[in-house]
Amino acid sequence: MIEPKTSKKICGMGHRMKRKEDARFLHGQGTYVDDIKLPGMLFMDIVRSPYAYAKIKSINTEKALEIPGVLAVITGETLKEYNLHWMPTLMSDTQMVLPTDTVMYQAQEVAAVIATDRYAAADGIEAVEVEYEPMKAVVNPHKALDADAPVLRTDKEGKTDNHIWHWESGDREGTDKLFEEADIVVKENIYVPRIHVASIETCGCIADFRPATGKLTVHLTTQAPHAVRTVIALVAGHVGLSEEKVRVISPDIGGGFGGKVPVYPGYVIAIAASVVIGKPVKWIEDRSENLQADSFARDYHMVGEIAADKDGTMKALRIKTLADHGYTDAAANPSKYPAGMFSICTGSYQFENAFTEMDAVYTNKPPGGVAYRCSFRVTEAVHAIERMVDVLAQELGRDPAELRMQNFIQPDQFPYHSPTGWEYDSGNYPAALQKAMDMIGYDELRKEQAEKRARGELMGIGVCSFTEVVGAGPSKDFDILGIKMFDSAEIRIHPTGKAIARFGTKSQGQGHETTYAQIVAEELGIPALHIEVEEGDTDTAPYGLGTYASRSTPTAGAAAAKAARKIRDKARKIAAHLLEVSEEDLDWEPGKFFVKGAPDKSTTIQDIAFAAYTNHPQGMEAGLEAVHYYDPPNLTFPFGSYICVVDIDKQTGEPKIRRFVAIDDCGNIINPMIVEGQIHGGLTQGLAPAMFEELIYDEDGNILNGTFMDYLLPTAVETPHWETGHTITPCPHHPIGAKGVGESPTVGAPPAIANAIVDALSHLGVTNIDIPITPFKVWKILKEKGVTNA
Amino acid sequence: MIPPAFDYHAPQTLEEALSLLDEYGDDAKILSGGHSLIPMMKLRLAQPEHIVDINALTELEYIREENGVIYIGGLTREVALEESDIIHARLPLVSEVLPLIADPQVRNLATIGGNLAHGDPGNDHPAVMLALGATIVAQGPEGKRSIHINDFFEDFYMTALEPEEILTEIQIPVPPQGSGGSYKKLERKVGDYAVAGVAAQVTVDGSGACTSAGLALTNVHYIPFKVTDGEDVLVGSKLDKEAIEKAAGIASEQCDPSNDLRGSVEYKRAMVLELTRRALRDAANQARG
Repeated sequence: MIEPKTSKKICGMGHRMKRKEDARFLHGQGTYVDDIKLPGMLFMDIVRSPYAYAKIKSINTEKALEIPGVLAVITGETLKEYNLHWMPTLMSDTQMVLPTDTVMYQAQEVAAVIATDRYAAADGIEAVEVEYEPMKAVVNPHKALDADAPVLRTDKEGKTDNHIWHWESGDREGTDKLFEEADIVVKENIYVPRIHVASIETCGCIADFRPATGKLTVHLTTQAPHAVRTVIALVAGHVGLSEEKVRVISPDIGGGFGGKVPVYPGYVIAIAASVVIGKPVKWIEDRSENLQADSFARDYHMVGEIAADKDGTMKALRIKTLADHGYTDAAANPSKYPAGMFSICTGSYQFENAFTEMDAVYTNKPPGGVAYRCSFRVTEAVHAIERMVDVLAQELGRDPAELRMQNFIQPDQFPYHSPTGWEYDSGNYPAALQKAMDMIGYDELRKEQAEKRARGELMGIGVCSFTEVVGAGPSKDFDILGIKMFDSAEIRIHPTGKAIARFGTKSQGQGHETTYAQIVAEELGIPALHIEVEEGDTDTAPYGLGTYASRSTPTAGAAAAKAARKIRDKARKIAAHLLEVSEEDLDWEPGKFFVKGAPDKSTTIQDIAFAAYTNHPQGMEAGLEAVHYYDPPNLTFPFGSYICVVDIDKQTGEPKIRRFVAIDDCGNIINPMIVEGQIHGGLTQGLAPAMFEELIYDEDGNILNGTFMDYLLPTAVETPHWETGHTITPCPHHPIGAKGVGESPTVGAPPAIANAIVDALSHLGVTNIDIPITPFKVWKILKEKGVTNA
Repeated sequence: MIPPAFDYHAPQTLEEALSLLDEYGDDAKILSGGHSLIPMMKLRLAQPEHIVDINALTELEYIREENGVIYIGGLTREVALEESDIIHARLPLVSEVLPLIADPQVRNLATIGGNLAHGDPGNDHPAVMLALGATIVAQGPEGKRSIHINDFFEDFYMTALEPEEILTEIQIPVPPQGSGGSYKKLERKVGDYAVAGVAAQVTVDGSGACTSAGLALTNVHYIPFKVTDGEDVLVGSKLDKEAIEKAAGIASEQCDPSNDLRGSVEYKRAMVLELTRRALRDAANQARG
């Protein structure tokens, strides 16, 4: 544990400060989009397609319009009049806002009803009569590229197949050569299934267009309000929505996890409705709509291979992936990275070479896939490498922890250049794994496992030593729709020494109001409690790309430190003026400047702030404020080692997690309590896909588990006791040495759990089980292997 | 998730409730705990024109014991059963099922009468009541009538209740000395319906021979399924491994589960086999003391 440098009163970095935002949430005084009620507000509900792929023969709105309270029914034809029936996706693909002739996935938006209350709107959608002509859907991505597969995107001129893009990274020839020469090659098909972010709050908005001023205010569930404002101005500029007339407000957000990065058709329809009608229009999705139509993640079909020497030295990695994007590529990756940061797939290990390639296809499923609590496809990459290392260990008859230790990138190799082109900033992988092994008692557990196995009992131990890549990102490589992925902070110190700090990011539960205040407190010595943090209003906050991909601390957190340092530089000038010495004669400690060698001659930051407005030096600008747009020089690479122990019921197939130890290294820690909270939440969101979650479709493209009755999210009952710990390897290029933490546990937990369950069954010849690993799946294996008598 | 319009009635007496049901018949649904009805209404799968909310009829909330019978009012909340000393002391099988029903939030409001009257083969109380040989009391315009639980579940979501009737009481005979009961449920997560559930209730005499047995299954048949042939095998046996294995085999073969997201038919039969073994073993051990 690193001792905080500031007093408890200042509460800078390292203090377990209670979250400033929690009081309003605990008192039920948070303000979410659905809490906002505007005078004259209308309500929208959406007619959705019952078919995965169908022609629309007709839409009859007559009966709906007869319902008292129903004012309008908006269809694709309505939007076409304004050329608003299509929109771009963040990946520069295209997406229908409302269809004019064809629906491409079940639950797709078909028409919208605007009414004076929610009940009338709901009755209205029931009364809209749509005549469909169903067509044979393309559901299986493996068949999407078959010669006889129907071409889905007939809207794209010249499109002759369902292929979206091919992407590759690394050295194909060099990697192939190592595979040809290798002593041992292991290969495994690994599927990371389609899942959903399932945040507590669904998506929604209030579009509020005032005809008299021409101003559009959109209260929106978005993780990236500034980017959305620009997108609105670019997409709807032709109908008069100029960027200075557009204000996006992202109020309290009940979880985003990447699902609130995209612009959904519902937002656009509500905006169009408000502009046409001239009244505020509220649209809030219900749970089933959210689950069935929005923001899926993952859905990568991977084939992993490792080439190794007999002694276990890993030489080369090859991964070939088929990515199912559904109807359109609506992922939310940086522009130049259609497969996100998947090429981090060499993980924590030294490979001489690596090559990975991917093909993305269209199917008749909802579009995506968003980066669900992971930095752009890192979850998939980590699952592939961490499963494959275990497959290799099994083939070699080696202990998986020992094999990892043998192949780790060593602490003295940083900055480390990976074969796929990343420059890892810092790390100490052996230390993290050793700490996890010591904490869980690894050697004793292996002994126990051997004894149990001899008795016919099933117990497994799973290890995962992941490396993340977060904090997008440096402007030379990273942009979304051309906008560089910097982020920003603007700090103003008030005359009484209190402050307001505004950011281009947007918390959805991460605790920014606390952690950003602690960063500013660390740099300026103003108590964190005296620093008000604001985000989410594009009229007041500085421009930024928003919060996702664990980027807030690496970008806006850095901007906070940099802006605070600019303020400190000016404060030093004022202090020199107040103490009548030269700047060089001053030393700083958190909260005050003092004269070198005469510590009793000092002036506090509060005195300096007052002087900045009342007694500033002649020739200097009054006031004390700064803004900083931070362009990170590199990404950050948090890492960790997790160990999971499971026991399996031989008769029912139920795997039960007995213990789970998580050692995380996210560089310097801003608030240990918030980091622990992030890890607990993330581990639970890693447990979910490992054992419960998957969006399941039948061969016609119907979703089979479109409600929480069957789309299973773990509760406290299913969640094991998480045992957490950390190592600290500061980020060398970040102003406060922090790396970001929100996503590490989501990324690291699934392979740890899968490895543990496979390990319990490895003596039966089992080498892989695709997640989610349910009792039913395990029972089928036990039945096939003759282990169960049930 | 928004239901169509309906008329809401909140009768203050049983007579008033019965007269509303008499008036609206099939167009009315009774609202007790609401945990099955309200989701169905929000999904517009059920669109009753009239809701008769019986939550004010607190005279239907009671648990008492008289002359070897436990009487439970139809509106008794699951949480009240969970907290009842009578239930814990007299009906260990019921005690065991309660924490497995849905989740605590649901149990705070859900009622035992609603759980039975809904006729859902996935609900947990029906198998327990079949194993215990309970009697259902229904009250309608013609007065009260008693329905043995064996005759209560008629078809998929169909019970012997008439639309004009309210389930007012459940009567459970207190098992004699030398009895034991157990409920085993495999679920995908808390709050889920069972992949398979098994209720077992047995009584043994001084020699260890089984004198009566109740065995019933949850969510593996189109109605809650009483395994009569399995009970017959158990009665007269010593509840030894052989008898248990045979009864479990019958349960597994005679049930008729469906393929769904909870698993295949084969898996569910296997789970019935294993859970029946476990339920009978525990029930027998309890009975032997």
